[in-house]
Amino acid sequence: MDTNAVLDLMWIVICGILVFFMQAGFTLVETGFTRAKNAGNIIMKNFMDLCIGSLGFWAVGYTVMYGDTIGSFIGTPSLFYSDASDMHNLFFQTVFAATAATIVSGAVAGRTKFTTYIIFSLVMTVIIYPISGHWVWQGEGWLTNLGFVDFAGSSVVHSVGGWAALVGAILVGPRLGKYTNGKSNAIQGHNLVLGALGVFILWLGWFGFNAGSELAISGDSANNAAGILITTNLAAAAAAMSAMFVTWVKYGKPDISMTLNGALAGLVGITAGCAAVSPVGAAIIGIIAGIVVVFSVDFIDKTLKVDDPVGAVSVHGVCGALGTLLVGVFATDGGLLYGGGFSLLGVQAIGVLAIGAWAAATAFIVLFILKKTMGLRVSKEEEVDGLDIHEHKTNVYNN
Amino acid sequence: MKKIEAIIRKSKFDEVKEALHEIAVNFFSYWDVTGVGNEKEGHVYRGVSYSTSDIQRRYVSIVVSDHFLEITIDAVLKAAYTGEVGDGKIFVSTVDEAYRIRTKEKGSESIN
Repeated sequence: MDTNAVLDLMWIVICGILVFFMQAGFTLVETGFTRAKNAGNIIMKNFMDLCIGSLGFWAVGYTVMYGDTIGSFIGTPSLFYSDASDMHNLFFQTVFAATAATIVSGAVAGRTKFTTYIIFSLVMTVIIYPISGHWVWQGEGWLTNLGFVDFAGSSVVHSVGGWAALVGAILVGPRLGKYTNGKSNAIQGHNLVLGALGVFILWLGWFGFNAGSELAISGDSANNAAGILITTNLAAAAAAMSAMFVTWVKYGKPDISMTLNGALAGLVGITAGCAAVSPVGAAIIGIIAGIVVVFSVDFIDKTLKVDDPVGAVSVHGVCGALGTLLVGVFATDGGLLYGGGFSLLGVQAIGVLAIGAWAAATAFIVLFILKKTMGLRVSKEEEVDGLDIHEHKTNVYNN
Repeated sequence: MKKIEAIIRKSKFDEVKEALHEIAVNFFSYWDVTGVGNEKEGHVYRGVSYSTSDIQRRYVSIVVSDHFLEITIDAVLKAAYTGEVGDGKIFVSTVDEAYRIRTKEKGSESIN
């Protein structure tokens, strides 16, 4: 191998390791934003979707996504991928697949059966995620052929997770006590310190997620990767600030957990366009994402009355779609504001709709079947006492 | 002997403790309590507003000899005062007997 190839491989591996660590971030955010009696169950769901995702994506998911294309729709599956010269890509893509899967657990936290969740998580990483991923990232997918841009996965990873999370949250229903007489009640997270640490870890991991998606570091890629770090960081910072100010005006005080959500919204929003927009464009995308996420959480919670304890649908689904669309506006090459007209924006919209429809429809089919067979939800007694004591026969916090 | 139980603001605890030390009351117990009262606190979590009448206070339990009662109560009344709703309450009751375990002393001797 020549030096450049080694450098590129090393970059992918290092960034993959950063993305792996995002699992810890998701676990902490979801645990912190929900109640103490379910903390162990959330830990196990996050832990197991990583483990199942790793095995499932290696066993078949990776080739469904990256195998030779069948009609630009799906890769040719083969079992137990073992191409020794491609292990770095398998690793990098595995941690991405695990990210898509883990998004769902937050939205259904506190009332979903452990076994059902595990099965859904497997389907997510071997069928739902890799097929829509194939459309965009394999190189010959139908969305790639249209000119669709989703650099690091606002739609491919986050929206897929977010829309599946929405379907999951609807089908499983709200937590007991969340809505009384049609009115939304606050169910406070038990530890925002954990939540904040989780957001910091996710923000850190996101540098690997986005800059690693350059898939190289030698030659011109070095400057590209550095530029992506800047767009990523600016969007996150701008979104956290805009979310904070919106809550300040709307609710009277700067809301802690919504500001944390804001940073994540900016990160999700910039993921599609991190390599295509200028730093100014990134900051504006961040500001928009931070505003949208607050109104989206409000709308989903109070108007749709869908109980999403951590805001996963708004952060990943809504802001993922938003960020993908905004590439059509802010891309320095082909964006609406840079004289590119509406063609890229149109293609982005097609991609957002297609991927959203795919994720929502497949998640609905799988979860509906699981609901009719195994059941999605724990018993009322288990939910009131906490999932930890019934599903795992233990408590996480002990004296 | 009298037992003085005072439910006070946590923010006033240090002042109460100091005031008690000044009058040489160096032995007392305290713990944090949650209760309901006249005060209602408005909260917002993730845009959903809720109000709670659950109030966090500190509970101080002091046992003194009879002749210390008045000066102790004065100290607490003064140190725990803000004038706002929610300053707390003081309850006084009679203690039948007290023992110091180490020396087996009883009565007022045991609480000095």
